[in-house]
Amino acid sequence: MSTTKKFAATALAAALGVSTLAACGGDKGDSGSGDGKKSKTVTLVSHDSFNASEAVLKAFTKETGYTVKVLKSGDAGAALNQEILTKGSPRGDVFFGVDNTLLSRALDNGIFTPYEAEGLGAIPEGVRLDGDKHRVTPVDTGDICVNYDKKYFADKKLAPPKSFDDLIKPAYKNLLVTENAGTSSPGLGFLLGTVGQYGDDGWESYWKKLRANGVKVVDGWEQAYNEEFSGSAGGKKAKADRPLVVSYASSPPVEVLYAEPQPKEAPTGVATGTCFRQTEFAGLLTGAKNEEGGKALIDFLIGKKFQEDMPLNMFVNPVIKDAKLPELFTKHGVVVDKPQTVAPEKIADQREQWVKSWSSLVLK
Amino acid sequence: MAVPVAFFAVFFAYPVAAITGRGLTVDGVWQFGRIGEVLGDPDIRGVLWFTTWQALASTGLTLLIALPAAYVFARLDFPGKQLLRAVVTVPFVLPTVVVGTAFLALLGRGGLLDELWGVRLDTSVWAILLAHVFFNYAVVVRTVGGLWSQLDPRQEEAARVLGAGRFAAWRRVTLPALVPAVAAAALMVFLFTFTSFGVVQILGGPAYSTLEVEIYRQTAQFLDLPTAAVLTLVQFAAVGAILAVHAWTVRRRESALKLVDPSRTARKPRGVGQWALLGGVLATVAALILVPLGVLVERSLDGPDGYGLGYYRALQSAGASGGTFLVPPLEAVWNSLEYALAATAIALVVGGLAAAALTRRAGRLVRGFDALLMLPLGVSAVTVGFGFLITLDEPPLDLRTSWILVPLAQALVGVPFVVRTMLPVLRAVDERLREAAAVLGASPLRVWREVDLPMVRRALLVAAGFAFAVSLGEFGATVFIARPDNPTLPVAVARLLGRAGDLNYGQAMALSTILMVVCAVALLVLERMRPDRSGSGEF
Repeated sequence: MSTTKKFAATALAAALGVSTLAACGGDKGDSGSGDGKKSKTVTLVSHDSFNASEAVLKAFTKETGYTVKVLKSGDAGAALNQEILTKGSPRGDVFFGVDNTLLSRALDNGIFTPYEAEGLGAIPEGVRLDGDKHRVTPVDTGDICVNYDKKYFADKKLAPPKSFDDLIKPAYKNLLVTENAGTSSPGLGFLLGTVGQYGDDGWESYWKKLRANGVKVVDGWEQAYNEEFSGSAGGKKAKADRPLVVSYASSPPVEVLYAEPQPKEAPTGVATGTCFRQTEFAGLLTGAKNEEGGKALIDFLIGKKFQEDMPLNMFVNPVIKDAKLPELFTKHGVVVDKPQTVAPEKIADQREQWVKSWSSLVLK
Repeated sequence: MAVPVAFFAVFFAYPVAAITGRGLTVDGVWQFGRIGEVLGDPDIRGVLWFTTWQALASTGLTLLIALPAAYVFARLDFPGKQLLRAVVTVPFVLPTVVVGTAFLALLGRGGLLDELWGVRLDTSVWAILLAHVFFNYAVVVRTVGGLWSQLDPRQEEAARVLGAGRFAAWRRVTLPALVPAVAAAALMVFLFTFTSFGVVQILGGPAYSTLEVEIYRQTAQFLDLPTAAVLTLVQFAAVGAILAVHAWTVRRRESALKLVDPSRTARKPRGVGQWALLGGVLATVAALILVPLGVLVERSLDGPDGYGLGYYRALQSAGASGGTFLVPPLEAVWNSLEYALAATAIALVVGGLAAAALTRRAGRLVRGFDALLMLPLGVSAVTVGFGFLITLDEPPLDLRTSWILVPLAQALVGVPFVVRTMLPVLRAVDERLREAAAVLGASPLRVWREVDLPMVRRALLVAAGFAFAVSLGEFGATVFIARPDNPTLPVAVARLLGRAGDLNYGQAMALSTILMVVCAVALLVLERMRPDRSGSGEF
């Protein structure tokens, strides 16, 4: 028995060592967070796709005195759901990354405290989906669109598709790969795009035709884009055979940016008539420990510095009117004139039903 | 006993119970009616059915393919055996994001099978089954092979001298001794495949879903906690049953078998049969394990201007242009190593104490605790992650934004490995040795140092190696835990794969290869430290 105790004592000492280590480690990361009003740290909670350049975050500290600590946890849906679960005792001060497909869920659960951001006037009315309540502030927009492999269509001397209607034409049979609308946000965006285009009565018959025309569905964007789509780097290595994929309007500029050497022209293009517009919002979390810092951060997110830094970090479009797009976007990106949209309340009400009907139409 | 119990209660039982409870109560009233409702849903029943039969099929296939290898590793001696044993274990600790990509390359369009025979298996159930064999091959080889190598071959020879035929001798002597180990291995494979997540998601396509995938969907995507809670309970019940049977077979296996030093039982292959068997096993390992791993390496080297180290060099700069990361992706290697070290330390302390306690006391309660410690292996990461979120939210335990949460979650998965490795060794220490030392006047500390420590040290190192490798590859829980921006290797790989662009894809492959090599090295070091005797080398 006593040997067990000795072993226990040694082990316990080791455990204490570990936790001391942990305490030290913790300190360097978040000095002073959670110390009430005087805190000089403001914490931004977001999804895994959030990115900002270091220079811009430093500029914020210089302007306001606050240091930004970024916490990322999972994809957009998972990150938001975690905020809903921790309502009232949030992990941070500001949440960034709720989009129009999930906005109603966030608002209905009341996780945000209204704050009218300074500089809101520079944002077009059309994307301010919370109206005068100011619970959330739009930060960026992005379009989910069908991308095509330029080389494939040039080789076949076939014009790439332009619209939803084109996709069900025999010429494009067995060419499109899309994502599961139940688990992937571009997949859901594409489904919502068809709902926007054909309405409550027409979208199901459109998908029947799309299925008859050989659309392939995979679970996530990574598989669709990297494994199935013949225009991407991964797809080329995998000898992929689908020249059409549901992705983003910003994917072609990304293909250029992350190539060495950078090609003169993007290898992929965008079918501009197949787009669904996503808007991402930020909001001040109810129960935030550093409300003042949080407000300053939201102001900063829609300020010119951050807005112009965003495109090359998150591959989305700035939301304020006078932000300049980087050359990469103006040169290789596209302008989507008439993206489809669906009201957040309607999405909240019907999403589950839509996804269910879609699953039984397309997957079974 | 107090430390592991407290650790388990605070960082596992309480969070999981809380999130499940949250799903099943409305304003404090339990809603047991939900259970019937959810289970009555034909979609959910379909998921349950698929989960069960694919796990059964995967287990059967794994046994079929891996048992000959268990024999070869146990009884035959050939050059490079240690290296090969480490290599076949690598898949077990690789994150599924990485493996899924490799497997698609092998089984999908334009893959090896497609080019040779025009066979494509992606989004078919065959891809799932083969990937499960890939992941769990080592479980059978190590658990069964570990014991097999310690069975005295002379017993079988004796039976043959007494007139039994070769097969009859094997069936009467060796088989009964092996059965418990085979059962234990089969149950572990069943447990891992029953709770399969990444493999099914990536290779199965949207048409296939396991319980684990469904729990993830309901929790992380739809925030339908009631449904998730019911599914969690179902999985709990199933996993509990599997573990109960497993604990029973483990106990039977530890019953008196005359074991010998494995180095004395293996010899050079003789005769056509053994050579053919060795060749067959090596070919299987090459096709099933080396080729998928090789595909990753090949793609990581295959740059736009031909083969080279371009992607590896790109890992050293903070996003060659623009920024997927604030810091060079290569830093993820250090993050991972730091997290894994901390996780290993925690797992060793908690698992070591638990194993020590389990050795001395064998009451029913304690044995129950043994099985309980295995539960984290069968509970969905999203349940644990979201459970942390709603329970560890008050000082002094507001750990939700602390980096320590990541190693804590990883340690949960590491503890069962530590316990399972340490337990047989600790049990093998003869109590009389300790008593003798005490009688001769040694202090308790000295007894521990002179008697226990020398015997346990190597097992401790093996356990540490396993906990370390498992932590390195852990992805599920890590991805749901809010991290100040320092991603682990698997998270960084997933993030790179989530972006378009040649450089991102290539870097993802390069990072995966690095992860693979780090795991392989950890396992190889571990191979060198295998204790001479004891039934370790499980899993």
